Amino acid sequence: MSDGQSAVVPGRGRLRIPRRLPSGAVVYIGFVGIFLFFAVTLRDNGFLTIDNQLNVLRQTAFVSVMAFGTTFALSAGEIDLSIGQVVALTAMVTAVLLRDMNALVAVPAGLSVGVITGLTNGLLTTKLRVPSFLITLGMGGIIGGLSRWITNLQPVPVLDDNYTFVFGSGNIGPFPTLFVWTIAVLLVAHLVYRKTTFGRQLLATGGNRIAARYSGINTARIRIASLVICSVTASLAGLLYVGRLHSARYTLGETDLLTVIAAAVIGGTSMAGGRGSIMGALLGSLVMGVLNNGLILMGFSITEQDIARGVIIIVAVALSLREAPEG
Amino acid sequence: MTASPTAPVGPTTGPVALAARGVRKSFHGVEVLHGVDFTLHRGEVHGLVGQNGAGKSTLVKILNGVYAGDAGELEINGTPAVVRGRDEAGKRAIAMVFQEFSLITSMSVGQNILLAREPTGRSGLIDDREVRRRAQAALARVGADIDPDRLVEDLPVGSRQLVEIAKAISQDASILILDEPTASLSATEIQSLSQAIRNLTTHGISVVFISHHLNEVVDICDRVTVLRDGNVTLSGPTSEVTLSTMIEAMLGKSLESALAYQARDVDRTGPPLLRVAGLRNSRVHDVSCELWAGEILGVAGLLGSGKSELLRAIFGIDRLDAGTVELRGRPAHIRNPADALRVGIALVPEDRGRAGLVREHSVGHNILMASWTRYARGGFVDDRAANTAAGSFVEQLRIRTQGLQPPVKTLSGGNQQKVVVAKNLSASPRVLLLDDPTVGVDVGSKREILMEVRELAAHGTGVMLVSSELEVLSGLADRVLVMRDHAVRAVLERSAAGDLSEEALSRAVQE
Ligand SMILES: Nc1ncnc2c1ncn2[C@@H]1O[C@H](COP(=O)(O)OP(=O)(O)OP(=O)(O)O)[C@@H](O)[C@H]1O
Ligand SMILES: [Mg+2]
Repeated sequence: MSDGQSAVVPGRGRLRIPRRLPSGAVVYIGFVGIFLFFAVTLRDNGFLTIDNQLNVLRQTAFVSVMAFGTTFALSAGEIDLSIGQVVALTAMVTAVLLRDMNALVAVPAGLSVGVITGLTNGLLTTKLRVPSFLITLGMGGIIGGLSRWITNLQPVPVLDDNYTFVFGSGNIGPFPTLFVWTIAVLLVAHLVYRKTTFGRQLLATGGNRIAARYSGINTARIRIASLVICSVTASLAGLLYVGRLHSARYTLGETDLLTVIAAAVIGGTSMAGGRGSIMGALLGSLVMGVLNNGLILMGFSITEQDIARGVIIIVAVALSLREAPEG
Repeated sequence: MTASPTAPVGPTTGPVALAARGVRKSFHGVEVLHGVDFTLHRGEVHGLVGQNGAGKSTLVKILNGVYAGDAGELEINGTPAVVRGRDEAGKRAIAMVFQEFSLITSMSVGQNILLAREPTGRSGLIDDREVRRRAQAALARVGADIDPDRLVEDLPVGSRQLVEIAKAISQDASILILDEPTASLSATEIQSLSQAIRNLTTHGISVVFISHHLNEVVDICDRVTVLRDGNVTLSGPTSEVTLSTMIEAMLGKSLESALAYQARDVDRTGPPLLRVAGLRNSRVHDVSCELWAGEILGVAGLLGSGKSELLRAIFGIDRLDAGTVELRGRPAHIRNPADALRVGIALVPEDRGRAGLVREHSVGHNILMASWTRYARGGFVDDRAANTAAGSFVEQLRIRTQGLQPPVKTLSGGNQQKVVVAKNLSASPRVLLLDDPTVGVDVGSKREILMEVRELAAHGTGVMLVSSELEVLSGLADRVLVMRDHAVRAVLERSAAGDLSEEALSRAVQE
């Protein structure tokens, strides 16, 4: 072999013609396309007003925070189907403790719902060798039951103004605190995912668990951590819902699971593990947010929205997977 | 390693089974085949050789329609076939064993061999007894003694290879393409395989045989074609070529062998680096051995003798029922590979696709998979340092790749193997366990890898080397453990030159 060929040839890699679009391109194009579509068709329904756009962004915050966490779980080759119920239980626990005690107790207690659920999901998945799909499905039932039981189905109002300001209702200057949270979680998640040894080991574990194990990666610990991260973001979303709505009820988060997973997958995260993007998850969430908003403005009823959303999610996910390679 | 004086005389003229002219192929704008001509006569065994990345696998994948060629003409059994795309008729005439395993590991051997061609009874249901019978017959044809009911995932890599070949042969195609079928086989199995191939040719079947074992090519093939960088540099009857002309056609230069043993001083007076005592589980029966710093300890044995299982047990993959592993006199409690790597033991596994690589990930990330923590500060990866390190391994082992970015699955098979080796070197182990590290690498690269192993040993690393190639053991090992039926049967010392000759090892293995 002559030396020229064995060496790394930096220039040539860049010249080659990409057979598929750079990863993530479809989301950008899709997002712009959907946005323009609604901007034209719904121009008289107030789609483009600042208020409506801010509203979309606020609605998106909950989904995107959870989509960041879900990106971790999916990338490790796991899935968490209990996030919706974690949202609800976190909300109930937090609201009850805000009523009976104070935020200094309520917030950590709320977050610990995520930590404990995530740890339980992770330990059961890795120790019992049952797929996280099944464990979290079962766990969802348990957590959902707890959140209904805790106040016997009654909603709990939240009167603590400091709490609601920080978690989702306030503004810092022109910026809603919801944005601040989204951006903060986005940055931390992105850094951890892209720049740390944990992130690299996470992707290796999801890409080929056996090879990762042979490479000395503690794959059980990585998988547990990914499920904890996922659950904790669901808890954070629960805290934000409570702050935004000034109350908690057991139905919170009920319909989020599908939206969150769709957002992550549309954003370029592989359901099979080993590949993903936090920035993509944000875009995927925006796509879902704009879609939801458009459907409402188009005047669809709740049931019609459900049907349309289901169809759109299937189409959107299929489109975003079309560029996935196989060779 | 002498070329067989009696090269087989098959038809090197006569009716043409397959003819390809001017085949071209590019990946991502980089041309890897530059107009290749290839002619296969009926009933001949045609060897295809060339260094890693020369384009052998790509060429045969175009012949049987897995890839579409960019240009060229193709004729199969006298009728023109399509180069640019799938050709059903052509495909039916050709059976192929791929370099990357294509068995479904969760299914049985028999189910795999008859996959999608299952015989059915009158009821329309699969006739399991018939499946077993046909599978057994196919296995017998390649001289393999494997129970058709066993799950593929329970078989060692070499046996899997035999199953693949049995599967291909049982398709009764007129052309059989074998892409490195012997890479993980030991001499005995290669013997019975070459016998099977000979039998096929008497029935008029033509065989394309890709291999990096040049001796084997000379022995088995009637004709040989050499590829270098996507061009044919030599094509002719094997009776007219020698090993050195072949090597020169492959590499463009001659090569002195790296395989002659070089006497080295191993200080075995002090305490050993690694001491394994009474290791026992279902696949390793009470094995004890010692390894000194700087020593290369060979492990020889037939398929299924427990060589790989011994390495796996030391590395913490298979659970132990009894036994201890000590490193520098201190017990190393190894329950999993992470523990092993922490105390400085690394393993190059035999099955690179399953246990070595994340196929979708980049070359760089695969090389660094076992050592991210070394190139990090406070948990954050220093990508520049990491890439520099990965780049230096690419150069050191001459991994042929367009930089660190391409997914590792786009590299040729031998270059993927080198990535697995690089990954384990990057962990700078004190004890390096090598399970057939030269599988599928060309003569030139084998030399690079083996020299690297010697270099590591010279700097005090202890190496345990399993190899299906006795010449590798003979050229490298200071001592050799001989395994049979999951236990160590003998330890061969090298006291005088010639003690660990291939013949001596071959006898010890079979006894
Ligand atoms: N799917 C692919 N995408 C991009 N490049 C590829 C792909 N398959 C092969 N190549 C490139 O084509 C070249 C020839 O590869 P090929 O697999 O044919 O080599 P080979 O002669 O079979 O080598 P080996 O002995 O290592 O198996 C290599 O440079 C390889 O990187
Ligand atoms: Mg190949």
